[in-house]
Amino acid sequence: MVSGISVRAYAMIGVLALIWVFFHWLTDLIFLTPRNLSNLMTQMSVTGILAVGMLMVIVSGNIDLSVGSVLGFAGGVAAIALSSGYGLPVAIALAVLVCVGIGLIQGSLTAYVNIPAFIVTLGGLLAWRGATKWLLGSNTIPISDDAFKMIGQSYIGPAAGIVLGLVAIGLVILMAIRRARSLKQYGLGDANYVAEILKAVIPIGAIIAFILVMNAFEEKGVPVPVLIFVAVALAGAFLTTSTTFGRYLYAIGGNAEAARLSGINNKKNVVAVYALLGALTGIAALIFAARVGSSTPDAGTLKELDAIAACVIGGASLVGGRGTIFGACLGALIMASLDNGMSLYGLRDYLQDIVKGSILVAAVGLDMFGRKQS
Amino acid sequence: MPLLEMRNIVKEFPGVRALDGVSFRLEQGEFHALAGENGAGKSTLMKVLSGVHSAGTFDGEILIEDEPRRFSGVRDSEDAGIAIIFQELSLVKELTVGENIFLGREPSRFGVIDWSQLYHRAAELLTDLHLTIDPRATVGSLGIGVQQLVEIAKALSKNAKILVLDEPTAALAEGEVETLFTILGKLKSRGVGMIYISHKLDEVFRMSDFITVLRDGRTVGTYRASDLTKDKTIAAMVGREVGEIFPTPDHDIGDVALSVTSLRVFPFDRPNDPIVKDVSFSVRRGEIVGIAGLMGAGRSELLSAIFGAWRGKVSGEIEVDGERFRPGSPADAIRRGLGFVTEDRKRYGLILEQTIRDNMTLAGLDHLSGSFLTNQSRENVAASGMMTQLRVKANTPFTVAETLSGGNQQKVVLGKWLLTRPKILFLDEPTRGIDVGAKQEIYAEINRLAKEGLAIVLVSSELSEVIGLSDRIIVLYEGRVTGEFSRSEATPEKVMAAATGNH
Repeated sequence: MVSGISVRAYAMIGVLALIWVFFHWLTDLIFLTPRNLSNLMTQMSVTGILAVGMLMVIVSGNIDLSVGSVLGFAGGVAAIALSSGYGLPVAIALAVLVCVGIGLIQGSLTAYVNIPAFIVTLGGLLAWRGATKWLLGSNTIPISDDAFKMIGQSYIGPAAGIVLGLVAIGLVILMAIRRARSLKQYGLGDANYVAEILKAVIPIGAIIAFILVMNAFEEKGVPVPVLIFVAVALAGAFLTTSTTFGRYLYAIGGNAEAARLSGINNKKNVVAVYALLGALTGIAALIFAARVGSSTPDAGTLKELDAIAACVIGGASLVGGRGTIFGACLGALIMASLDNGMSLYGLRDYLQDIVKGSILVAAVGLDMFGRKQS
Repeated sequence: MPLLEMRNIVKEFPGVRALDGVSFRLEQGEFHALAGENGAGKSTLMKVLSGVHSAGTFDGEILIEDEPRRFSGVRDSEDAGIAIIFQELSLVKELTVGENIFLGREPSRFGVIDWSQLYHRAAELLTDLHLTIDPRATVGSLGIGVQQLVEIAKALSKNAKILVLDEPTAALAEGEVETLFTILGKLKSRGVGMIYISHKLDEVFRMSDFITVLRDGRTVGTYRASDLTKDKTIAAMVGREVGEIFPTPDHDIGDVALSVTSLRVFPFDRPNDPIVKDVSFSVRRGEIVGIAGLMGAGRSELLSAIFGAWRGKVSGEIEVDGERFRPGSPADAIRRGLGFVTEDRKRYGLILEQTIRDNMTLAGLDHLSGSFLTNQSRENVAASGMMTQLRVKANTPFTVAETLSGGNQQKVVLGKWLLTRPKILFLDEPTRGIDVGAKQEIYAEINRLAKEGLAIVLVSSELSEVIGLSDRIIVLYEGRVTGEFSRSEATPEKVMAAATGNH
């Protein structure tokens, strides 16, 4: 398991590097500049956050087609709350809670009423888009609250970036030491500190590179949406790999009947995972609205497909039971890189869609081919 | 010239030899019964004959009218005149009787179905069998028994020369059985050769010319039906080799751990027609109670209901350690110290794409690991300890379950339940489809667990296993207890008689 996944992860990182180098060449060396990379990371944060939640839903053997529409609806709720003078905290809480509520309803219809998730959320896709149009009266509602806009448009500054980077590196080292120690504690062998620290070199390198590149863009530092995305991704990775809830999701998606007979409450866990995706959709909606500076009736259209594509490109199985947060995030980054690179090159809209669609199908095709071989 | 000859058929599955040199002959107009315990190889033999196991996946020869044949699929065997009626019906319930009979062979011109011809021919066929069934009726609207007869009509519409019937009366009412046998008699006189599989020995003796008995994938013998009696058939089916691979029991029996009174279990969709009917029994600490019975006797349903896993209605009383227990879910049962090594490990037991560790710790995760945060090092220790205890042959706890042999997979499922530290352990078909070595190790472990004071309920279709391990045996037949035997009383003949309703 361990080696299998990392082989795949390295392959994906390789593909990403190829895409980046290719676009860098194609765009006359614009793609890999700090300005564009900072922009790219900001662009991917909404899809990335949705992909983290979507991955957990997919792992449990379900799907959510409604996230794009729910994202639009939640953005509308926030914008109207702000324009009605409710203030920032209320607007944020309302948007997130509405999404959690939607997740609870759709999750319950799936888990307890046994309506297939595809149907429930296909209905949601239509209904919440309709609700958004009704809510906004088919108008665009501008957001004037500057504090709100910061969620999507501000940067944390270079100094804070360096501090965060150091903290992150410290955590990586601490975890490596803990891993080494626990081996000894449970009698699984001697603590091999050297090996564990060596394994930590790649993540530490990635953290340093990330902070330096973000700081290099006009001394602005890490964009706030990216910071939120990284926090969500880390929390998601922790939840899926280090908690019983995460383990149960994989078990339910892998073999629902075996999971049930092992004493797992499948229904409760499925509802919970939908609520979680709801909360993340709410957060993504806030970033989206803050970045655009307004709420529009068609905000978030097709976002569900970006999120699902990110998970699938990242190796998740739509049957359930397989997939990683890391893979989904890489998938989201690949999707965003394609968008960004093709726009930068000036490729026509329709060609962009054709390329993205083909790459999605090709990626899964290659994956299937690789699986059959092994 | 024999109609059908199967020579030296050998069929292996990973880890088991399901058929080990079986030969079989059938003449025109002959009614030939195939008898044997569950798992003796009857169904496998018929799957070989029908091309479900295609040529090349087994060794041996199939000759139809002296001509060697190789079937690569069911279509080929149908073309050769072989029709099989399986236990589970293969009709499309939404379609009409006529549509079902001619499914895939609809009379048509330029791809357009000639409906009047289809229904005309269907009506002819049904009349010919003296069946008063409307060919335009939807199959789903007919009773199970009538559906069974439609299936036979369908088989005959393909001009079958050889008709295989696998437990055809399992779902039939008394009157329908009569109709069936009238039709079979007519077919016999027309020269159709029939292979008949049934656990109900009355039926086997009713029309058979010959009876072939299979045991452990080998032919025990082919006998003239007139030379056999029911008792002799049972003796041939069960053999007389109980012993050796079973450990000598050395466990002490203590207090009652689980007792069940008047348990009734109703299917989800038939709330008035119980599968388990007023079953009462108890198990003591350190005792192994075997539950014997044929497929469909209600054994798994009984365990599933006590474990809180049954989806339909359950009535009756259950007590664990003398206290009333109302199981609402498997989680409840686990909390009260019950464990359930389910049948069919791939469907109910394992998450195949996950590791040994993740499978083994799944049911006991909250106390092995943590109620929210997992402690994976502790899990690793628990899983590798259990691997050693059960001698699971794999390099690390991180080996994926799918890649293990059947025996090792079974041990992983057993390990999962032992890690919940149960006081009462249910074992449903714990050695189905695994090799003798692994079986022996699991038997030894079951005995050791009883010695440690676990109360064990063992369901198995292998008679020798139930008799070899159990301190006490309860026999179910059609949902009722039809016999109870102590270790010293139990003989294969007595148990088989009770299990076939011949007590």
